[in-house]
Amino acid sequence: MSPETCSGIDGWEVVIGLEVHAELATATKLFSGARNEFGGEPNTQVDPVSLGLPGSLPVLNEKAVELAIRVGLALNCVVQPSEFARKNYFYPDMPKDFQISQFDQPINGEGWLELPDGRRIGIERAHLEEDTGKSTHVGGGGRIHEASYSLVDYNRAGVPLIEIVGKPDLRSADDARAYVSELRAILVTIGASDGKMEEGSMRVDCNVSVRPVGEEELGTRCEVKNINSLRSLGRAIAYESRRQVDLITLGQKVDQQTRHWNEEEGRTHTLRSKEEAFDYRYFPEPDLVPVVPSTEWIDQIRMAMPLLPGERRHRLAEEADIRPEAAALAVERGLDDLALAAMDLGADPARVLVHVENNLADGQGTLTADGFAALVAMETGGELTATQAKTVLADLVSSGGDPALVAAAHGFEAMESSELEGLVESLIADHPEDWEAFVGGDESERKKKSGFFVGQIMKTTKGQADGRLVNEILERRSTSR
Amino acid sequence: MSAFSLAGSVRSGERTARSIVEEHLAAIADGETEINAFNLVMADSALERADRLDALVAKGGDPGPLAGIPVALKDNMCTRGVPTTCGSRILDGWRPPYNATVVERLNDAGAVLLGKTNMDEFAMGSSTENSAFGPTFNPCDTTRVPGGSSGGSAAAVAAGFTPLSLGSDTGGSIRQPAALCGVVGVKPTYGRVSRYGLVAFASSLDQIGPFANSVVDAAMLLEVIAGHDPMDSTSIPAAAPDLLGVLDQGVEGLRVGIIEEISGSGPTGLEGFSPDVQSRLAEAAETLAAAGATVEKTSVPSTVFGLSAYYVIAPAEASSNLARFDGVRFGLRVDAENTVDMNAATRTAGFGDEVKRRIMLGTYALSAGYYDAYYGKSQKVRTLIVEDFARAYGSYDLLLSPTAPTTAFPIGEKIDDPMLMYLSDVCTIPSNLAGHPAMSVPFGVGDDGLPVGVQVLAPANGEASMFRAAAVLEAATGGLTGSTT
Amino acid sequence: MEPEAEMPTPGRITRDDVAYVARLARLNLTDAELEGFTGQLADVLDHVADIEALALDGVVPTSHPLPLSNVFRADEPAVGSDDDADHRLFCEEVLAAAPAFEESRFRVPPVLGEAP
Repeated sequence: MSPETCSGIDGWEVVIGLEVHAELATATKLFSGARNEFGGEPNTQVDPVSLGLPGSLPVLNEKAVELAIRVGLALNCVVQPSEFARKNYFYPDMPKDFQISQFDQPINGEGWLELPDGRRIGIERAHLEEDTGKSTHVGGGGRIHEASYSLVDYNRAGVPLIEIVGKPDLRSADDARAYVSELRAILVTIGASDGKMEEGSMRVDCNVSVRPVGEEELGTRCEVKNINSLRSLGRAIAYESRRQVDLITLGQKVDQQTRHWNEEEGRTHTLRSKEEAFDYRYFPEPDLVPVVPSTEWIDQIRMAMPLLPGERRHRLAEEADIRPEAAALAVERGLDDLALAAMDLGADPARVLVHVENNLADGQGTLTADGFAALVAMETGGELTATQAKTVLADLVSSGGDPALVAAAHGFEAMESSELEGLVESLIADHPEDWEAFVGGDESERKKKSGFFVGQIMKTTKGQADGRLVNEILERRSTSR
Repeated sequence: MSAFSLAGSVRSGERTARSIVEEHLAAIADGETEINAFNLVMADSALERADRLDALVAKGGDPGPLAGIPVALKDNMCTRGVPTTCGSRILDGWRPPYNATVVERLNDAGAVLLGKTNMDEFAMGSSTENSAFGPTFNPCDTTRVPGGSSGGSAAAVAAGFTPLSLGSDTGGSIRQPAALCGVVGVKPTYGRVSRYGLVAFASSLDQIGPFANSVVDAAMLLEVIAGHDPMDSTSIPAAAPDLLGVLDQGVEGLRVGIIEEISGSGPTGLEGFSPDVQSRLAEAAETLAAAGATVEKTSVPSTVFGLSAYYVIAPAEASSNLARFDGVRFGLRVDAENTVDMNAATRTAGFGDEVKRRIMLGTYALSAGYYDAYYGKSQKVRTLIVEDFARAYGSYDLLLSPTAPTTAFPIGEKIDDPMLMYLSDVCTIPSNLAGHPAMSVPFGVGDDGLPVGVQVLAPANGEASMFRAAAVLEAATGGLTGSTT
Repeated sequence: MEPEAEMPTPGRITRDDVAYVARLARLNLTDAELEGFTGQLADVLDHVADIEALALDGVVPTSHPLPLSNVFRADEPAVGSDDDADHRLFCEEVLAAAPAFEESRFRVPPVLGEAP
């Protein structure tokens, strides 16, 4: 953990709840047949509905509802009958000057998300709503407060969003980032969203409060907006929690506020206080009718769901006999299927995972499960050293082939143990003090010295020796003396 | 001649659409200055359209059921490229880039769009005095209001400017002006006619419906515009009902109840009903009884709370629907230093007093802390009204009441007393809250010689029996009722 | 004025209430208008008071007159792509009707604050 994002403050607990907005991957908008595409010419992905023209009426996109239900199922939510409501406030990028959202009857009720370390983070709700247009501020360096005028593009207006409201179950910036990463992985896996924070298709608002360790009552929270990356999320939490602790330590009160994260300055500033809160005048949207998904529909959606990242971690962990957390990287890289297939073909799970974590950072390329399994078998059978295996693996990833032939082409042949015996013997002769230290030393000393000997052998053999074999020889010689 | 027969003569080539359009344009040229029924007369495009239809007939084509028939549209229905003002300065000059569904259906049926009619601003009013473009005058007596908010559409039919027109009815805005102008006006079941392209006043109450000089013409026009529209989520997923086919079926065996509360009779009856209006209602009841219906008085108790619930729900929805008139995307803009001030300057200059009043009333009813007391409670009253109607329709096929408590009132009489004005909708509002169909049929005149309308109410989707009763009432008054036809 | 979070018993609407809703609704009122509207709104709300007396506990509110649910559209574009002529025309008409535009975007005076 870098000190910059460390939100641990002695004696204080940080309490975080996140609201994540994700654009749903539909072809058209939530309430009309205008296209949902990123980056079109301004005001071309529009129709009377997404421009809020007088007389236009919304009609709900069935696919958006299906994707919302997928999200609900993936987050273990209660999928329930729901209604839309109007959230009324004036803003130029909102064509109707109200947003169609869900208020007291969201499509997805309570649920939870499991972090890679196994902790469950509560989900309050996950509801459907429409996105707003985009304003560009002209003059004053593009800053809203100094602009001389603004230009509004409604291409994004009406794009379907799912708003996922998390419970205040997160306790650190790392927690928060893990939660967002996991959520993004889930959304991408189920095809609900592309989860691109940099394109704004996934946006995070962060509620932060602090309380003394041991205190049960929650502190006054502030909502931080304008967080555009995982890095910003960590920094904003670190800054905001520090600010709140400092206030309290100085005997002052934290005011309930909405605050804006400024990435360049690395700080948050006040947008508005609770007293300036909007009076949204929610009421049921009369132009839309209730959504009552049938059990059959929900089951159908459930059956068609792919395995979720958490399920894949558990599956791999069980097969490899490791903790789910240790399977996280393989799943994140999408290599768990490959790993499982190789293990099915008899490859040693530990070696498979070592390769997945250390040598396949850029994906599997042309590597097949068969090739991977055969390679690991050669390695565990002593035909290839770890170093050689890595080289062969890289070739299999970039151009495929039979690992035995690839190894032969490199001229890799495992060094005969008699040859190795001779090398070890002369090494011991050259370093008698190190040898004595190895033989007579405690466990840590022995480990240190064996490292030295293996390193020296590797150096002279240019990596052709099998490190495990060298260790075996050292062990044998020290005990048989 | 009814529009129904007129369309037949165009389809058979007996008459040209052009001659019909010219005749009505002449009537407009003659009388419009006195009436001010139109915000826009589309003379050129109407004649062009008529010529195209005539050419089609000449080639043996069939333009459809409304062949060559002029239809005027209330000025809150979007017409592509043609100004649509809603009677408001805030939309002065706005040309919508799309057509309302009803406009498409009229075009498909061979109708000729004749013009856009005057209305209370954003359909808020009962007298058409709240138009930014001046009031409309009642063709039966130009010192009187035509009713509202669709006063222009009602007056245009009554004055013989057009055989047919469309209005919108949120709390009585078709039926009440129909009664006051002596024409037939229909509010269909909520969801029967698509609202797509109708500039919303109160979304859960608004319905488009026809004005005509006869029941048959109203039936014909409703058949054309009714039916499912995928662009409106609240559209009834069913085809248009057959109305023309049932008009001659009579009311033999139908059970009809007179709603005491909104007829000003019985112990719970509301006040303010003129005796002559009550007499015409009694005669209408006798007419139906004579035709074989069983008619008796009944009570629908919660209808007395309709006005209160309506004046919370309709302004609440309106306050939200009218937020979009902010000077950003269309219509009027009054410039200012920043967007907040620009919004306010635009709305302040663009909206009239009645619209401002209702926006503020609705904003108040929805605002933090007051929602449950006003909006929540009104929606529960709405439930009571629905339940009371359901009980009544357990015993009756149709219900009856006056359309309005009085005949047309003098211009200016109620304009300064909003609450008094609102009371003119007391008979019509319950049907909107319940989403039921109801129509006004002219039935004689009051002591002042001005038309009286009788309201026939039916349960949801009960248009057919409603039209049967209307046809019987109409027959008793001697057929066509418009003042100049 | 900021209404309390808990529900107050509705009293007679005040000038401050009307000033508050006018601000929420983006309407400017003169003092005389404020006075006049306050009286008129109070009259209407006095009439509405008849429903306050009703016992409505347990009554389900009606927000839709039609008992419909699950009305959907398929996720298929209903408008043409950028280079579709009809769609182009629509977009041009939209901008032509705008009070002010620049580079195909709606131009507005400075926006004071961030969206909520």
